[in-house]
Amino acid sequence: MSEALLEVKSLKKYFPVKQGLLGRTVGHVKAVDDISITLQPGETFGLVGESGSGKSTVGRTVLRLTDKTDGEVKFKGVDIHSLSAADMRLIRPQMQLIFQDPYSALNPRVRVGDAIGEALLDHGLCTRGEVRELVLEAMVACGLSSYHIDRFPHEFSGGQRQRIGIARALILNPELIIADEPVSALDVSIQAQIINLFSKLQQSKGLAYLFISHDLSVVEHLCSRIGVMYLGSMVETASRDELFQHPLHPYTKALLSAVPVPVPRLKRERIVLKGDIPSPANPPSGCKFHTRCPFAVEVCKAEIPLFRDAGAGHFVACHLV
Amino acid sequence: MAADSRVSEITAPRVNLRKSSLFRQSLRRLLHNKLAVAGFAVVLFMFVLCFIGPFFSPYTDNKINMAMMNKAPNLQHWLGTDALGRDILTRVMQAGRISLTVGLASMVLSVFLGALLGAVAGYYGGLLDQIIMRIADLLMTIPSLPLLFIFGALLSEWKIKADYRMYIVMLMLSMVNWPGLARMVRGQMLSLREREFMQAAVVLGLRDRRKLFGHLLPNIVPLLIVMATLNIGGAILSESVLSFFGLGVMPPTPTWGNMIDAANNILDFQERPWLWIPPGLSIFATVIAINIFGDGLRDVLDPKQKR
Ligand SMILES: Nc1ncnc2c1ncn2[C@@H]1O[C@H](COP(=O)(O)OP(=O)(O)O)[C@@H](O)[C@H]1O
Ligand code: SF4
Ligand SMILES: [Mg+2]
Repeated sequence: MSEALLEVKSLKKYFPVKQGLLGRTVGHVKAVDDISITLQPGETFGLVGESGSGKSTVGRTVLRLTDKTDGEVKFKGVDIHSLSAADMRLIRPQMQLIFQDPYSALNPRVRVGDAIGEALLDHGLCTRGEVRELVLEAMVACGLSSYHIDRFPHEFSGGQRQRIGIARALILNPELIIADEPVSALDVSIQAQIINLFSKLQQSKGLAYLFISHDLSVVEHLCSRIGVMYLGSMVETASRDELFQHPLHPYTKALLSAVPVPVPRLKRERIVLKGDIPSPANPPSGCKFHTRCPFAVEVCKAEIPLFRDAGAGHFVACHLV
Repeated sequence: MAADSRVSEITAPRVNLRKSSLFRQSLRRLLHNKLAVAGFAVVLFMFVLCFIGPFFSPYTDNKINMAMMNKAPNLQHWLGTDALGRDILTRVMQAGRISLTVGLASMVLSVFLGALLGAVAGYYGGLLDQIIMRIADLLMTIPSLPLLFIFGALLSEWKIKADYRMYIVMLMLSMVNWPGLARMVRGQMLSLREREFMQAAVVLGLRDRRKLFGHLLPNIVPLLIVMATLNIGGAILSESVLSFFGLGVMPPTPTWGNMIDAANNILDFQERPWLWIPPGLSIFATVIAINIFGDGLRDVLDPKQKR
């Protein structure tokens, strides 16, 4: 039996909402509410949804940057939320994170070369003599020049900083990289370069990605499977081709209709969502999407749609499908 | 040999100043601040005067000369002599050695204590934080000067030998100065801990030691440099006040504070200004210059802390 690299089962993360002088808990923001994702080694999964749908929280909880509320995160069969701090530290190099904001993710007082190489040294994965060579190798693999090694982060552009962040993760030879909107803070002209870098590295190293984005077109070229999140819940998952050709969920259709298509003949009918995403502290009853869904019917307000198999590994949560 | 490589590892310049663009930039900005440069020049002048000047003086600080009592400034004694015929200029320079040393040493100790305890409190939090910060609060609720007076009075009561008093004064000054530093460092640590690059450090699985010394401390060094500089000025002033009241460093060891105290009657004050103006002016110039320099450093290194 081939073991999944990452298995997220019914993951929940609720943030308490405190109020008043005593900090009484008056409710919960259900940032992640029952999310399941399975990732095989070398597989690329795209997690898509509007801002505030809980994508970053999924990534942070999977990496145990915050504690979970409920559910399970297994990395190579190990429940990482039950590991001791020391064991967790040892497993960390295998699962890395690329941040959304390449400016705040680098310490302004640490030279690029040190930032990239320090984790290797700290984990005893190489000797002091070897580290510079390895750092240079990682930098070049990420499209940086070797003379950048002794510079400070403020001397770099956003795209270059993102490359530094990628090199810093890559040098540890991780098996899983969680990329949390790694291009959304970059200029459009730079985005394609960074996506190409991700794609190149995936092919040469057989990395598994959990690639987070609010933009379907970003994950289209990179991910073999895609999951669409809305208000903390998964509404649809399918292979990329299936999702792009036969989207089932109205929310997915709306997101897709905003993606520019190269052939105008194929232009999808444009579905414009009304209103903003509701507050996850007080989500709508029944189908959380019913307040904005153009196809909503009476049952949508009352009953939560099940996340069901629509055939061919295509899962969807909608009463109309 | 292994020993050789150890040595070369230690002696090899760890911070290459030419490479360090942060350092160069800061230095350039500092040199543009004329006031700060002037402040630094005055401080440097005082240090050179006090530590090198006495070698060129024909007098020693405690050489009593009854034939030359209370002489006004003249060609032999540029700043006159005191009631025991001792050369004022020589004594001012010797006193400066003591005052500057006390200021520097107590600054080093209080910055060390403040940075260490503040960093530990801010980084680990919890009970350790509670204990450290409650002690700091306690020391900070008592105004420092009365506290120093009480300490000083105790020292006199216990008849501590005059030679040791200088060291004890250093300790006393550090005791009242570290809490403010610790609180500031702790605050910085708390805000740095939330920065995204510290999340990155967690994801990379870095050890606590590296997070603390590799990531957090380098970010508070600018603050520490500024606080340390301003702290020297404060320590010199406190030492002078203590010594002026006879609770700090005791005669015959001269300090600027106890030299002014020598002119504590109205006759000396009015008729023999050379007794108190030189040490007074030394304190004034040194402390002001240090503070101006420190403010300049603050503007360069820590723009957010601007008042
Ligand atoms: N540390 C936190 N404390 C409280 N609420 C949080 C915290 N982090 C995220 N949230 C809330 O959880 C929801 C999902 O946030 P996030 O995971 O950042 O969404 P996304 O990455 O999809 O934009 C948001 O409503 C956000 O306000
Ligand atoms: S369940 Fe109803 S409201 Fe929800 S997506 Fe389907 S049609 Fe729209
Ligand atoms: Mg996010």
